Amino acid sequence: MGRGKARAVSSVRQRHLNIHIQGWLLALPAVVLLAAFTHIPAIKTVIDSFYSTPHGVRPARFIGLTQYQSLIADPIFWRAFTNNLLYALITVPLAIGFALVMALWVNGRISGRAGLRLAFFTPTILPMVAAANIWLFFYTQDYGLLNKIGRALGFASVNWLGDQATALPSLMAVTVWKEAGFFMIFYLAALQQVPPDLYEAARMENASRWQVFRRITWPMVMPTTLFVGINALINAFRVVDQVIAMTGGGPDNATTLLLFYIYQVAFSFWDLGYAAALSTVLLTGLAAVALAQFFLIDRKVHYR
Amino acid sequence: MKANRIISLSTIAAWAFALLWALPLIYALWAAFHPAAYATRFEVTAPLTFDNFRHAWVAAPFPRYFLNTVMLVLGIMLAQFVICTLAAFGLARWKFYGADILFALILIQLMVTPDVLILENYRTLQHLNLIDTLTGVGIPYVASAFGIFLLRQAFKTIPKELDDAARMEGASTLQTIWRVYLPLAKPIYVAYGLVSVSYHWNNFLWPLIVTNSVETRPLTVGLQTFASVDQGIDWSVICAAALMTSAPLMIAFLVFQRAFIQSFVRAGIR
Repeated sequence: MGRGKARAVSSVRQRHLNIHIQGWLLALPAVVLLAAFTHIPAIKTVIDSFYSTPHGVRPARFIGLTQYQSLIADPIFWRAFTNNLLYALITVPLAIGFALVMALWVNGRISGRAGLRLAFFTPTILPMVAAANIWLFFYTQDYGLLNKIGRALGFASVNWLGDQATALPSLMAVTVWKEAGFFMIFYLAALQQVPPDLYEAARMENASRWQVFRRITWPMVMPTTLFVGINALINAFRVVDQVIAMTGGGPDNATTLLLFYIYQVAFSFWDLGYAAALSTVLLTGLAAVALAQFFLIDRKVHYR
Repeated sequence: MKANRIISLSTIAAWAFALLWALPLIYALWAAFHPAAYATRFEVTAPLTFDNFRHAWVAAPFPRYFLNTVMLVLGIMLAQFVICTLAAFGLARWKFYGADILFALILIQLMVTPDVLILENYRTLQHLNLIDTLTGVGIPYVASAFGIFLLRQAFKTIPKELDDAARMEGASTLQTIWRVYLPLAKPIYVAYGLVSVSYHWNNFLWPLIVTNSVETRPLTVGLQTFASVDQGIDWSVICAAALMTSAPLMIAFLVFQRAFIQSFVRAGIR
């Protein structure tokens, strides 16, 4: 009797032990790959930023904060940084605003909804490189459609991508064009969750369309706005495809963004130490967004 | 009466906006399907042609690029399914030592995505001798935090009685996953698969860095190589090539519109 119980306990314990071992075994492939391609490289990036770039026989040596000192003194870094900040501050609200308007249109009883949804969402499916090449044509100085329309309306031709003042906004337009339709579908899903009796009540009270939006729709889609906003923000700091395809960072670094500058320093100039310092700055920024998300979203989104 | 007019005004605005949004694509379609002489001349009588597509198809090794991309996206998707399923099952069902910390560590990848770590990951590939291989293009993405997260959520909603029942019949862990969890989480696999395929079909920076030959280059990198080499700036051919690289995804999207949109929403809303 006593022995039987002991055996049962030991078999339960064995099964538990099995669960710990099996759990880790199941996770093992993912753990190894994640460590190899996310955690270790992230840590190594930070460490490398304190070392000099190895040249031929001269190995990397510890140089403390020197890379960061040259970073602070580097006008191109600051250009990329402010460009990227502008990029985020302008494209994120624009894409979100357009997305919400599109969703309200497509969600309403409008004729040809399917056509509208198609027009808004299709750019999302295109590879950015394909979209960039199509927009290149759109922006061409002599026979691009944009300048053709402009000339028809009596404006002078603009070298959209060749002019310091218009190059960055031209890239922003492509980003907004491609992202708004993607964010629209999240708003659509959110709008369909709004209880119809809220609108019913508003109608009884004779609320204006603006009041309905301000008092019902906007608060009800707030969690979606936060979710989409965080995603758009992260994306804004990872923009690089259209820079490579459309401007190569030019003219005179007017369209150089952080990830593009990292790419350039790492793979054109092969200045590994400096690229590591730049990457560390970007990683820190993304970590800050992650923390913001943790404190903001996790507190406010839970009633979903 | 007044309400009607407001609604129709809003409808007109919506349509004008949609037209504006579609304009770049319509413009590209026009240029791609007409002779170069009509690329920027809009006449209804302009002759239609497939020559631009034919020209692009032979001017660069696009058939090979297509093959590379298809192998890449399918390979990544299958590997993600296997690796993420195993990890997600363990994390969803068993309270093993360190499971919570492990999950938190996994989620870091949602922020620190592989494209931010291009430099170190490139050096890792050098050590592994994987530069200029499709495996090298895919491997940083295979253990996807996003996939593990998504599947773990799905597995948690599956009643535990079901896998107890499977166990009573003597099924092993892997058999239980295969027979109980996979079929029940099928919609999530479809959603994740579509998101993964569209992401990697369109991915550009990492393949651009890792590949440097025709045998490994995916479509996006091939298109960029093609467009940036001086083509005598034949925009009709470049538009045709750009549309061609997007065509399979676009056609799939047109056919399965609802599934695509639902998948993106399902994968996005956590």
